[in-house]
Amino acid sequence: MSEVALVNNPNVGLDKTPKSGPYVNELTTLNLGPTHPATHGIFQNILTMDGETIVDAEQTVGYIHRAFEKIAERRPFYQITTLTDRMNYCSAPINNMGWHMTVEKLLGIEVPKRAQYIRVIMMELARLADHIICNSILAVDTGALTGFLYVYQWREFIYEIYEELCGARLTTNMGRFGGMERDLSPVAIEKIKKLLAELPAALKEFESMVVRNRIFMDRTQNVGAISAERALNYGFTGPNLRAAGVDYDVRSLNPYSSYEDFDFEIPVGTKGDTYDRFLVREEEMWQSLRIIQQAMDNLPEGPYHADAPHYYLPPKQEVYRNMEALIYHFKIVMGEIDAPVGEVYHSVEGGNGELGFYLVSDGGRTPYRLKFRRPGYIYYQAFPEMIKGSTLSDAIVTMSSMNVIAGELDT
Amino acid sequence: MENVSNQQIIDALQGQFGEEAIYGIAESHGILQITTEVEHIVPMLHFLYQHPVLKFQFLTDLAGIHFPEAKGQELGVIYHLHSLENNVRLWIKIYVPIEKPEVPTVTGLFATANWMEREAFDFYGIIFEGHPNLIRILNVEDMDYHPMRKEYPLEDATRHDKIDELFGR
Repeated sequence: MSEVALVNNPNVGLDKTPKSGPYVNELTTLNLGPTHPATHGIFQNILTMDGETIVDAEQTVGYIHRAFEKIAERRPFYQITTLTDRMNYCSAPINNMGWHMTVEKLLGIEVPKRAQYIRVIMMELARLADHIICNSILAVDTGALTGFLYVYQWREFIYEIYEELCGARLTTNMGRFGGMERDLSPVAIEKIKKLLAELPAALKEFESMVVRNRIFMDRTQNVGAISAERALNYGFTGPNLRAAGVDYDVRSLNPYSSYEDFDFEIPVGTKGDTYDRFLVREEEMWQSLRIIQQAMDNLPEGPYHADAPHYYLPPKQEVYRNMEALIYHFKIVMGEIDAPVGEVYHSVEGGNGELGFYLVSDGGRTPYRLKFRRPGYIYYQAFPEMIKGSTLSDAIVTMSSMNVIAGELDT
Repeated sequence: MENVSNQQIIDALQGQFGEEAIYGIAESHGILQITTEVEHIVPMLHFLYQHPVLKFQFLTDLAGIHFPEAKGQELGVIYHLHSLENNVRLWIKIYVPIEKPEVPTVTGLFATANWMEREAFDFYGIIFEGHPNLIRILNVEDMDYHPMRKEYPLEDATRHDKIDELFGR
């Protein structure tokens, strides 16, 4: 891997290591982080450098650890949704929906088709926002700032659609157990249609600027590559695994929320390098647009939430008018409703991989144990192996293309 | 795909390790779970990894758990395996006493187990023997307890405004 990176980078061929003098064979220790403008988040890497080449890297994680798993053991199920927002905050709705589906599995709630389709739309919008952030910032890290600002408008527009549905932008707390808290409003439908009509042009323009750009290709091809075997052994999932050539996607292997109704492709790469990861994400955005289009075209009529009064928070107007709604509102908010005993695992395809929830319930009002399978935490441990032998600037680009989110890494 | 049944996995494991080594067999939404003894875990994961049909070659997750009431089996480790080729999942559970929470490491088989085991050590104090770098990962290094154990309540026990009795609990 490292040899390949060295051969293809024209600068590495020039041997810059001193042949004589006081600096021969001297290794340097370089602190990259914890707060470094190029790492987009709080990551510390203690690098051992031989000249400009990385010999070894040691990671420190946990700078923003907030004990979510411990807090979850004290909170009613309904209040844990807000914890999931704060893991991968670039695609918070996927986390919310994944958590809702886990609890619905435990409770045995059947979600109506319309709610499932709305969920699919929101999850794909979240994936779009996630990939827009990752790919455009990767372009920034290689020096292309213009494209970043251009596509970022659309990420902002996606947040406006979130606002229509749940009132929040970043930490969305979207949906409830049993469905959505509100239906797609006419404004939301109009905005999604506008997105579907206008984002492709922007995306195309962004791609035409970056994809065949000589500078971008030189900076990303054969940089931070990982083979399919190593990637699987390291527990890679999501676009990073698909870039290495393995077509594992939770959406198609274990469909949830009616994903089996939609027609979409799973892009895979061949080398698992930074350029492949970029291209896989780029193609996934096109596929997300396809899925949203299909969901909007075939949006079923019917209720947008299940009839599960014990777990579904009633509308606020009802709480003031209706006795039962008031009782359920009180019981849900105070966390007075016990969940059945059981053990469930549910996983969804998050923005950067398989996001899993392992929930053990002992029949109480809170989970007995809740384990989040955070994809970013699991694949970030391969980072030293991926950057060994490359230069510091390649390490920055590699990290950027892995889409490691600090909030998810540290829970 | 889907051609491997849960019964087939049980049969294969019982054929290799004997019937008494596999117990606590249950199913949760289609996912098979079994419990085994600590000494079987590494050979079992190797066996499942190399099995020509089952091919459990992906370690999805590894979770620690604490049951203070189960004397002699207080701490548990749950291995979430996934056979991507057959699309079958399997949970293997092992339990160890809290006085001697020693479990052999599986980092030799799965590189991804490295941080997962460090996390279980950090939060539950489970010692993974043979782990290349068993130090705390998310908590500060000078912490002298394992915070996810059930004896550490989340909220300050001296607070009087949140007594369960007042809420009818």
